[in-house]
Amino acid sequence: MSESEAIRQQNADLSRLNEDYATRYGFRDPVDYFHKGARGLSHEVVEMITRMKNEPRWMAERRHEALDIFYAKPMPKWGNTKLLGEIDFDNIYYFMKPIENQQASWDDVPEYIRKTFDKLGIPEAEKNFLGGVSAQYESEVVYHSMKEDLKKQGVIFLDMDSGLREHEEIVRKYFGTVIPSTDNKFASLNTAVWSGGSFIYVPPGVDVKIPLQAYFRINAENMGQFERTLIIADKGSRVHYIEGCTAPVYSTDSLHSAVVELIALEGAYIRYTTIQNWARNIYNLVTKRATAHKNATVEWVDGNLGSRLTMKYPCIQLVGEGARGEILSVAFAGVDQHQDAGAKVIHAAPRTSSRITSKSISKDNGRASYRGLVKVHKNAVNTKVSVECDALLIGEDARSDTYPTMEIDNEQVRVEHEARVSKVAEEQLFYLTSRGLSEDEARLLIVNGFMEPFTKELPLEYAVELNRLIELEMEGSIG
Amino acid sequence: MSHRTTLFELKDIHVEVEDKEVVKGVSLKVKAGEVHAIMGPNGSGKSSLSNALMGHPGYEITSGEAYLQGHSILEMPPDERSRAGLFLAFQYPLAVPGVTVANFLRAALKAHRGPEADMSDFRRLLKREMAALSIDPSFATRYLNDGFSGGEKKRVEILQMSVLNPKMALLDETDSGLDIDALKTVSGGINRFHNADNGILLVTHYQRLLNYVQPDFVHVMLGGRLVKSGGPELALKLEENGYDWVEQETGLTAEV
Ligand SMILES: Nc1ncnc2c1ncn2[C@@H]1O[C@H](COP(=O)(O)OP(=O)(O)O)[C@@H](O)[C@H]1O
Ligand SMILES: [Mg+2]
Repeated sequence: MSESEAIRQQNADLSRLNEDYATRYGFRDPVDYFHKGARGLSHEVVEMITRMKNEPRWMAERRHEALDIFYAKPMPKWGNTKLLGEIDFDNIYYFMKPIENQQASWDDVPEYIRKTFDKLGIPEAEKNFLGGVSAQYESEVVYHSMKEDLKKQGVIFLDMDSGLREHEEIVRKYFGTVIPSTDNKFASLNTAVWSGGSFIYVPPGVDVKIPLQAYFRINAENMGQFERTLIIADKGSRVHYIEGCTAPVYSTDSLHSAVVELIALEGAYIRYTTIQNWARNIYNLVTKRATAHKNATVEWVDGNLGSRLTMKYPCIQLVGEGARGEILSVAFAGVDQHQDAGAKVIHAAPRTSSRITSKSISKDNGRASYRGLVKVHKNAVNTKVSVECDALLIGEDARSDTYPTMEIDNEQVRVEHEARVSKVAEEQLFYLTSRGLSEDEARLLIVNGFMEPFTKELPLEYAVELNRLIELEMEGSIG
Repeated sequence: MSHRTTLFELKDIHVEVEDKEVVKGVSLKVKAGEVHAIMGPNGSGKSSLSNALMGHPGYEITSGEAYLQGHSILEMPPDERSRAGLFLAFQYPLAVPGVTVANFLRAALKAHRGPEADMSDFRRLLKREMAALSIDPSFATRYLNDGFSGGEKKRVEILQMSVLNPKMALLDETDSGLDIDALKTVSGGINRFHNADNGILLVTHYQRLLNYVQPDFVHVMLGGRLVKSGGPELALKLEENGYDWVEQETGLTAEV
């Protein structure tokens, strides 16, 4: 499909402004789970999880140790401390196993779960353009498959639990090396109770040409989802991984706290794309970090919609000479939402380069914050850094803040930094409406245009989806 | 021409911008098939009148009436005015980053034709009109006015007019910033658009566009009023002698 056609499709039905999250994503399934634990967190819960998964003892020990770290660490004293303070850890379910065994055919997945993923369009996407799919429901992956030719090339794409069972040595070598359980309170929590997530290993030189995808669905109220993802791209290999997430609408809160570790070995390329669209009762507190070795490239493409509070700062550690990192993120904060998102890049080797592009839209009383850190170590000479933050405000009560930090410890660095805040300008609206577009259509066109540098990085199907989501968010905008 | 129907009519239009009256009673009648020109020095209120007629929120019409094909337009928001057949080519078109020319025009045309309309001819239409205005095809996928030169913006305004095919087109200083070749191309576009059923109001400071687009009537605007009307010869006289003589004759100053 040509680019212009693609763009045309994205904007096809600008005037359809009548759907909402509740009916499209917010539906709930009746639950009849294989295992539904009790609320609350303890060493007993951790022991139960590790036993049910029949894990090696070293992992069980890691978990218990991490739980103690979690208990010992205070809550973050920055970010939205008020909302963070409202999380009731005792009221959360830490482990729910919907079915006994993961399936490789949608026909074998219980109907109510299959229907959920049908509605979300996952099997359809799988048929059309994905190399592999993993579908997680509550704590575990209920469906998983990968194309035969990728298997033949030695690509491993499994849920993390199977990864640990089938490739214990690789997991043991890399697990927690990029994000130790001491990193932050939510990383400790994840390490203690992790379940599901993806494990990917791409052998040297293998180019995974079509994306692999995981979809995370929370169904139960007060659920805690703690997936753990580890992606290793061996020398000279390439892979693009996509994740999507949704949940039903409930009146009380759920918690999503993932840990994602990426390792790009020499000359490898990893792109990690997220389209997160959590319901507004979800706390989304995620730690994502990558290590890029010599001449490797890591790209985080991170789209944040939904949730009550998101705190997420994808990080890239450029540890090898010539490594490159790019973080492209958008956040959309609507009514009562706070998107506290950002990016972190550590330049720890010479000739490394990074680019951060952050775009945020705040609407109504929504709040979007950019929190960024770029650190250039003394030895990281001949380094290039570029940071661009762009905020769009819709309505008088919308809020945006930026907290950029740069720590540059040598002189041979080229830094570009730009930050802009703009309102959906009356003049622009007038220009577009003077051509016959309604005010809603015009506003949506402007917002989609603002997001375009992000959307154009997505596979077409996701770009269309994202534009549609934004259309929903824009509904009834008070401008 | 007098047997033709009145297409566009202004009755004693007053406009305020930031609490200052800048248009002080403009009346005008444009019949189907006519080209009118409003000429006036900088600051005389030409753009204020144009913007107000299109419904710009910053320009308030405090009194007066405006009719397009017999329908009063002043109660309509800008998009309805557009769909009713009014068009304004802006003196300073704004950039809309991220929105491509093709996307924008498709959405606009669809808004005119209605949600159920068949749009399958759009690409062909766009291609044809772009070619006629010597606009490089690559502009279809460029962001609207983003990084365009002054001349490119003006051409794209005329492109929008050609695609939307309005009944009544107000062209505000469409000639400014154009070199002679571009002026010819753009004039060609305006002449091609013009027919016995539509009307054009050229708003300009200089006479040179009028060499290529022949007006039937020329009105001189000074201090927020139309102070003199005549045929094309009036434009030539202004070109030769400037506006001073009109000021003296009418006892008015150019600036509002
Ligand atoms: N957006 C605006 N804000 C403030 N004053 C304006 C604005 N637009 C026009 N004016 C004022 O209105 C008067 C007429 O300007 P304008 O309509 O642009 O004249 P012209 O197009 O004939 O050059 C001037 O005094 C100008 O300063
Ligand atoms: Mg003007």
